[in-house]
Amino acid sequence: MNEQVQEKLKVLAASAKYDVSCASSGITRRNRPGSVGSAEGWGICHSFTENGRCVSLLKIMLTNHCIYDCAYCINRRSNDIKRATLTVGELIDLTLEFYRRNYIEGLFLSSGVVRDPDYTMERMVRVVKDLRTEHRYNGYIHMKSIPGASREWVDEAGRYADRLSVNIEIPKEQNLKFLAPEKNYQSIFQPMFYIQQGVSASNEERKRFRYAPRFVPAGQSTQMIVGATNESDNDILRLSSALYQRSSMKRVYYSGYIPINTGDARLPALKQPPLVRENRLYQADWLMRFYGFQASEIVDDAFPNLDLEIDPKLSWALRHPELFPIDINKAEQSLLLRVPGIGVKSALLIVASRHHGRITASTLAKMGVVMKKARYFITCGELPILTVNELHPDCIRRALAGKTNPKKEADRRQLSIPFPD
Amino acid sequence: MIVFRYDKTFEGLLTTLFDAYTRRTFPERLLSENEPLPMFSEKAHRVITESYKSLRVWAALEKKLSRAVCGMLMHVWLSELPGSDELLFRYMHKALDAPSSIATHFADKDVMEVKKIAGKVSKEREHLMQFVRFQQAADGTFFAPVSPIYNALPLTMPYFTQRFADQKWLIYDTRRRYGYYYDLKTAEEVTLNTDEHLLDGKLDDAWMTQDEKLFQSMWKEYTLALTIRERINPKLQRQHMPRRFWKFMPEKN
Ligand code: SF4
Repeated sequence: MNEQVQEKLKVLAASAKYDVSCASSGITRRNRPGSVGSAEGWGICHSFTENGRCVSLLKIMLTNHCIYDCAYCINRRSNDIKRATLTVGELIDLTLEFYRRNYIEGLFLSSGVVRDPDYTMERMVRVVKDLRTEHRYNGYIHMKSIPGASREWVDEAGRYADRLSVNIEIPKEQNLKFLAPEKNYQSIFQPMFYIQQGVSASNEERKRFRYAPRFVPAGQSTQMIVGATNESDNDILRLSSALYQRSSMKRVYYSGYIPINTGDARLPALKQPPLVRENRLYQADWLMRFYGFQASEIVDDAFPNLDLEIDPKLSWALRHPELFPIDINKAEQSLLLRVPGIGVKSALLIVASRHHGRITASTLAKMGVVMKKARYFITCGELPILTVNELHPDCIRRALAGKTNPKKEADRRQLSIPFPD
Repeated sequence: MIVFRYDKTFEGLLTTLFDAYTRRTFPERLLSENEPLPMFSEKAHRVITESYKSLRVWAALEKKLSRAVCGMLMHVWLSELPGSDELLFRYMHKALDAPSSIATHFADKDVMEVKKIAGKVSKEREHLMQFVRFQQAADGTFFAPVSPIYNALPLTMPYFTQRFADQKWLIYDTRRRYGYYYDLKTAEEVTLNTDEHLLDGKLDDAWMTQDEKLFQSMWKEYTLALTIRERINPKLQRQHMPRRFWKFMPEKN
């Protein structure tokens, strides 16, 4: 180890920091460890950057050289930036030494494309394989699969990595091809499919032999850029919901487009990344995964974009006043989850404590229910009955949207948990 | 007002319950051996800690409450917050009297309070797991100073012994002046006779391995390089990573 490695580390970390590149994935902005619905046991954040972003893994590229030219990426070949390449040995040392000091939960390895996708995969696989076999490293490993990688290398990577990811980046194929001329749907969905097959095959094996090796036990994830192209939230969420149909797909991340390569005419000139929209998409995603919502309930052709001023659950509830009010002391958990202001935790608490006696409004507040929102949608025997049906939905919308300046709210929630109450 | 005195240990607290049930008087205040009596209180009963009594009370509680809830009671004890022993006393008393578990009776003030404090201590335990930073000494041992607001270090031992099973380490609570030393087999509680040199949390340069400083500065540079200028949000950073942990973290020094 020496100062030279430190220099490379700096260059490669900077290249990996934008959400949009082969280094990306929203993994570093995941939900709070221990919160409900976090299926991810490794989720300890060991540090936070000045953005308030969680640092959990050593997120680094093997190299930021790249033969591709994706319009949205800082590492594209037409950019004039500092380039560096770590050796396999250097990367392994860094990982182990950081891990032993409790700096990190593990490694998130990615790379620019050198020579061709398989050649790149081979070098990345050497890192993760040596870590596991020679150094008997048990920490977490997330590896990016390079678009266009062949089955052979995806399979090999899946033996050692806990999670693999292939980023979609641009939801519609013609837009993808326009911005990333070397990529197409096939180059992305094919490796995703190999991963799914690997996972199913290993699950089958393990039914017969308990100790059969596992294949990416933490499944796969992907990411889409929001706001670089003209897709609607309906397009995006429909694609997410289709992806979640595959059992190995654990997370879809949404990344508000940051204009890195200004002056590229194919991209919009944004002053600000669309943070509010990004946040609303996460909330909608949450609704699909933990609240039992279908994508078509959240957005559809008639209502293709999420409301930026109020969260998607509230927006849904205001479009369906006929379903309310809900009786807190009787309703099933799945119904409680549909009430704006009631989260997964508080729904569980409500159901668990009901048999001790009637629940009152003040208890609800103590259980973490956001009464400011919930009061229009529930009854619990003592509240003055002024629900969404007596007041008009528009009136509630104004009351709740008016107070929270969406920009401010986004600042507050930016990169924190996208948890719709 | 009924007052008991005891030795301010967890065993002592359990013995207090035993005494209360045998005497059929339940104290409103619990004092240490030499705290002054509050006004208008009768003479205080002095509890003598005895392990067969405390074990019986604990066994009775374990029958009434789930393991997770018993763990929460331990968390509340480790909070060291003033009055937390009286809170635990009331909670245990209610739990023992109730026909079924009171753990989910959140309309009860004490039940809610126990849950709240246990949550805070558990958060502190989590913070330790997140923000402990080891420095490697020349003899290969990894050293980490900590100073949590609640006494949460014992709760982190399962995590640290599992994760760092193949390296020797010492984690030392500089506020309470004790720690745990792991010798590749088990983690033992230790107090050091001379610990003054450890209290500022920095190993002497002469004691460090050769590359220790380099790794610290690489880690610092790394976290800086990750920062995106367009999205600076120091408030969020402090909210997730309280300032009191910064003094032992290389990325913040
Ligand atoms: S393939 Fe595209 S996104 Fe990946 S590093 Fe190269 S230019 Fe960036």
